[in-house]
Amino acid sequence: MSTAATQFKRDARRLTADLRHRHIIHSALSQYEVTRDEKKALFQDWQGARQLAAGIKWEAVNHLDRYVDQFVRGLEARGTRVHWARTGQQARDIVLGILKSRQARMVVKSKAMTTEEIHLNEAMEGAGYEVVESDLGEFIVQLRGEAPYHIVFPAMHLTRGEIRETFQRKLGGAPSDNPEALTMVARRVLRRKYIEADAGITGANFAIAETGMISITENEGNARLAAALPKTMITLLGLEKVLPRLEDLALFLPMLATVGAAQLISGYNTMYGGPRQPGEADGPEEFHVILLDHQRTAYLADAEQRDALHCIRCGACLNVCPIYRNVGGHTYGTTYSGPIGAVITPNLRNLQDWKHLSYASSLCGACSEACPVQIPLHHHLLRNRRNSTRQKPCWWQRTAFRGYALVANSCRGWGLVTRLGRFGQKFHGLILGSRLDPAYAWTKTRDLPPIAAQTFKEWWRRRGKTRA
Amino acid sequence: MKVTLFIPCYIDLFYPQVGQCIVRILEELGHGVVCPESPACCGQPAFNTGYWDETRTVAVKVMERLREAEVVVIPSGSCGAMIKVFYPELFAGTPHEALARELAPRCHEFSAFLVNKLGVTDLGARFPHKVTFHDGCHGLRELDNKQPPRALMAKVRDLELVEMSEAETCCGFGGTFAAKFPMISTAMGEVKCASALETGAEYIVSCDSSCLMHLQGLIDRQRKPIKTLHLAEILVQR
Ligand code: SF4
Repeated sequence: MSTAATQFKRDARRLTADLRHRHIIHSALSQYEVTRDEKKALFQDWQGARQLAAGIKWEAVNHLDRYVDQFVRGLEARGTRVHWARTGQQARDIVLGILKSRQARMVVKSKAMTTEEIHLNEAMEGAGYEVVESDLGEFIVQLRGEAPYHIVFPAMHLTRGEIRETFQRKLGGAPSDNPEALTMVARRVLRRKYIEADAGITGANFAIAETGMISITENEGNARLAAALPKTMITLLGLEKVLPRLEDLALFLPMLATVGAAQLISGYNTMYGGPRQPGEADGPEEFHVILLDHQRTAYLADAEQRDALHCIRCGACLNVCPIYRNVGGHTYGTTYSGPIGAVITPNLRNLQDWKHLSYASSLCGACSEACPVQIPLHHHLLRNRRNSTRQKPCWWQRTAFRGYALVANSCRGWGLVTRLGRFGQKFHGLILGSRLDPAYAWTKTRDLPPIAAQTFKEWWRRRGKTRA
Repeated sequence: MKVTLFIPCYIDLFYPQVGQCIVRILEELGHGVVCPESPACCGQPAFNTGYWDETRTVAVKVMERLREAEVVVIPSGSCGAMIKVFYPELFAGTPHEALARELAPRCHEFSAFLVNKLGVTDLGARFPHKVTFHDGCHGLRELDNKQPPRALMAKVRDLELVEMSEAETCCGFGGTFAAKFPMISTAMGEVKCASALETGAEYIVSCDSSCLMHLQGLIDRQRKPIKTLHLAEILVQR
């Protein structure tokens, strides 16, 4: 078992037994489901909207060369510096290079999973920069030294009391655990940082090829401040964020808000087209856009799973996933958790080290049903499993399944197994639920039904005889 | 009509009464029933674990046995989805692909067969109990089987159906998943049982004995005041 798999199992064991965690996550997400459904009902045809969104993403991803090129030309025409990063290392180096050339000391960030993906914060902090997360949830987990728990709600695992305690410890004061009071504490700290920061770093929700613009949708206005106040703005985004046309946002913005945050539309929806233009009153002096590959083009080459690049990182699949809800976001040990993480991580990193995430699913399909861009996530989990056994079969499993195939295919074989099972069962009680029990994984927490005194096939055979 | 019954391995071994009820229902409706004795399984355990070559060894045999069938009835959404939805992918690009595709529409999950194919909902059953229904994931999402079991239950006299909030949430069985990740599987089962108990129902009913095996196992171990039944077992109650 890989280290990652051992860690996953250990943390899953701890979290699934933690009833307090179960309660916090289930009640938060059940509330989300109710509100999301109200918003979904406002779409005239939700399934039609999904179909359309999947079609648009298909078009973008399957013509990525053309659309990315168009996007870049639009940006450059307004004076944006565009950088290409094949790897995380390259992207980090580009950011550090920009910060150095601008003699920056402090960086304020808005929420961007892509920066988590390449561990940008660690790199910047390691190089001596002060880094401040400005999204409230990100700000809280940053204070606690944790990774985001969820790609949309980074601090959803924390109670108000815990947040208050964190603020008290780290910021030296939090009057109460009233959400508004807590927000005001964070705001006071953050407002100063926006003004002091030398550079702002953002991600992107969408990249519009037609107009060469970045679209960011948010609820706190923090991305606007992070983008507009510092002299330098840096946006890091994956290549797959491209949408062909501006009008596509008319579908994607409400859709993302609906499934992502159970809102009809987010509070702030902004387009960024370049640095401050002559005659403009505000905006950054320099605007850098870094296009990140980081295995995305390798994904593009896989016709079977290419549509995983459709993902708009809405988090809907996490919210409905019974595995995610029971093991929690940190257990995955990855940037992208939940079903989408279980699909892409083994392919983006290393299949053998991360395949356990693809196996840790009952394949219920709630994720695929929830996904606004119709990624068949649970089918991709099956394909990852197939690829991993093709690449490196486990000898005893393969032998077991070969044996099983022989037995299942033969009446005699099956009859023999039935009788053996019945015999073995007589002694099962002696070791039931103990480590000696070959069915321990099942019987530790669950009873096993006895093999029937007369199986269906035995009954059927006998019935045939008496009738004849 | 001549119905070929495909009995999944766990129904054969642990829940023969489910198969017997189905035979009785189909025969009472005037249909002839045949049941091939092998293979005993659709191959799903190997398929879900990633061993597709080994799966094909079983699946080819299943398809050969069912090749001549007029209609195939499968008392499980899970095995039904395996044959209807996953066989075509499993055999894609092989000489058996055409057979897999041609076989799929002739296969029906049991409740869907009664309601959609035969147009029958009232079987004259009576079951004076409060029940809640668990949608097996494959039946629900691969086969779009939300309505048929409910249409059948609506016609059972004196049956009171109380939907649970987590009706569509996975019970946590997931085949080999239950053994590979028992802690997650168990937690999911607990969430499901808690939701079922909240309704005050006496029975959790489902079209999938595999889910019920998991839930009943938990219920027995934790001594919860609820029982499980396959839908077919209710439809023969008078
Ligand atoms: S896979 Fe689909 S549901 Fe999951 S985050 Fe991406 S777009 Fe959202």
